[in-house]
Amino acid sequence: MSVVTLTINDELVSAQEGETLLAVLHERGIDMPTLCHLEGLSERGGCRLCMVELEGSSRLQAACVTQVQEDMIVHTHSERLVKYRKMILELLFAERNHICAVCVMNGNCELQWEAAKIGMDHVRYEYLNPDLAMDASHERYVLDHNRCILCTRCVRVCDEIEGAHVWDVMGRGANSRVIIDLNQAWGTSQSCTSCGKCVQVCPTGALFDKGATVAEMEKQHNFLRWILDGREKNVWSYGK
Amino acid sequence: MTKTILIDPVTRIEGHAKITLHLDDDGQVEEARFHVTEFRGFEKFCEGRSFWEMPGITARICGICPVSHLMASSKAGDAILGVNIPPTAAKLRRLMNWAQLVQSHALSFFHLSGPDLLLGMDSDPAQRNVMGLIEKYPDVARNGIRLRRFGQKVIEMLGGRSVHPAWTVAGGVRDPLSDENRSKIRRMLPEALDITGLALDLLKDAFDSFSDEEAMYGNFPSLYMGLVTPEGGLEHYDGLLRVMDSDGNVLEPGLAPARYREILGEATEPWSYLKFPYYKPAAVRDANGSGRTLDHYQAGMYRVGPLARVNVCDFAGTPRADAELREFRRLAPRGRPVANSFHYHYARLIEILYALERIVETMDDPAITDKRIRAHAEVNNMVGVGVSEAPRGALFHEYHVNGDGILQKVNMIIATGQNNLAMNRTVKQIAQYHINGGKVTEGVLNRIEHGIRLYDPCLSCSTHAVGQMPMVVEVYDAGGALVQQVARG
Repeated sequence: MSVVTLTINDELVSAQEGETLLAVLHERGIDMPTLCHLEGLSERGGCRLCMVELEGSSRLQAACVTQVQEDMIVHTHSERLVKYRKMILELLFAERNHICAVCVMNGNCELQWEAAKIGMDHVRYEYLNPDLAMDASHERYVLDHNRCILCTRCVRVCDEIEGAHVWDVMGRGANSRVIIDLNQAWGTSQSCTSCGKCVQVCPTGALFDKGATVAEMEKQHNFLRWILDGREKNVWSYGK
Repeated sequence: MTKTILIDPVTRIEGHAKITLHLDDDGQVEEARFHVTEFRGFEKFCEGRSFWEMPGITARICGICPVSHLMASSKAGDAILGVNIPPTAAKLRRLMNWAQLVQSHALSFFHLSGPDLLLGMDSDPAQRNVMGLIEKYPDVARNGIRLRRFGQKVIEMLGGRSVHPAWTVAGGVRDPLSDENRSKIRRMLPEALDITGLALDLLKDAFDSFSDEEAMYGNFPSLYMGLVTPEGGLEHYDGLLRVMDSDGNVLEPGLAPARYREILGEATEPWSYLKFPYYKPAAVRDANGSGRTLDHYQAGMYRVGPLARVNVCDFAGTPRADAELREFRRLAPRGRPVANSFHYHYARLIEILYALERIVETMDDPAITDKRIRAHAEVNNMVGVGVSEAPRGALFHEYHVNGDGILQKVNMIIATGQNNLAMNRTVKQIAQYHINGGKVTEGVLNRIEHGIRLYDPCLSCSTHAVGQMPMVVEVYDAGGALVQQVARG
């Protein structure tokens, strides 16, 4: 595999051809906000938080779905980018009913972390306050649409890792919803294996263990690495 | 005639309210109303959420007594699960509830009412607050802060934080008490007990200078309701509902709290967001006896909170609190409850003493640091009622859920609401005594306010409302015209 050379934030960087820009930024220790990205899952480019500026292009690009190229000149934290990221986060908060104070993921939520990191101290947009339901019909897990940011990590992990493909997305735009099977109550799903992978990868409190109370939920992603190392490298080292 | 309503923040009560006084043709007070003007709607917007979340959500009703909502909510959750929680979990919940009682009562006595009692009802309003108290009686103010701190620290040690700890849950509590924290609580107890003794002395000394207030501040017959132990002792976490009338007759010796709807009704009035709970059997009797009137439910007026609790119980159950209780009983004719709301202050201090003595006992219980503290179960009952005694009185949470635990209906009866009728009566009594010819002075206004303050009302809780309390007194003449308006700032 050949090596490409590019410039990131005025610094010359070498990278493997075919790598995503986000992977290179992470390797370089550059702190990039992400929500839909999760190592081990396919990229979606949906949350738009990892957008970067590429010189010569007027459009912003999502680093997670942009491959590195020779002579690319990249800026990751320009004033414009930070402004847009903040705007995106505010829109996410305005779109559904995120009430951190009473959420099971308070303190452990990726959406909350990103908002805190970027210094989001208020939301400038009108809240939509949609009337959304909870699905607590599953024996072990609960789905709360109020806290869903449509990152589709649940959809991808169920399809790509568990192989059950229980989850999908229904509707368009702000009216999109994650659904179970053919839009039915979770407890009635015959394809769900109750493995809980969707719950563990969910960045917010949209999916959580039944019975969890305020700030009690913590999620673990390391199972993904374990499964993938086992599959790809035949290395089974969970917990080591 | 003006229609403008002045809103100026008033200190030392929680919530939003105003008072209107209606005068007759002679300029005497005919009717007085205590309006609560905020609305929050927790009962409605909790529908569709899971009952598991309710302790966390309902604790947000109030920053002063989140613990009380945690208790009632968790107990309603226990009932939905259909579990007996581990004994240590119940002991730990009691411990937190006592700590809550101490901190809230200390706040009420020292910070909210202390300025009136020590600086005087007619003192300069600019000074008549906790800052003025600190200036003139620094030791007293410091003691108040220390005592409140004790309660807050215990809550923090158990729940990880002093305000809105998400620690009690359906099925038990989340974290045990560590040996280290038990030792810390033990070390803090002697000072807290000393301060309570000093506060009792202070209050008894004040009795002499407040003989007027003692005689007519909410001094009227009413019913009293509170929890008691199965043996009839003072109780704050569990137990049975007891109702007593003003002659000391026990109308309900010990009703299972989950059956509260059989005896309690909730009336509404167009002029206040605060409901008017009443004791149904008395209201019905009155309706049958004297013919149904528009406000027949008022015959079912009952008081809750410290005064009611120490009135309805047979004994406290701890030595020092029982000694004080014997002295307290002498304030009323033998066998009858103390009817004067001014003695809420005294009852509050007796309860602090009781709570501290109970905490001392609990610290010596070897089971208190046990690690088995949470029961796990599914939804087993579609309805759960949780009742506990908040500092201000009995608190009811009733949840109706579907098979998945999603709330279909929520009903909450808050302590302050239950005192609503009595607060209105108290305002009227004080206004009638002090207002002649329709003139309201600043000192009178403060006396009316203190009448409300006796009940330590938490309007944030009781309407599930938020914010400071701007209070306006409006005086209307017989024709309904506004003749005077006084706003406190």
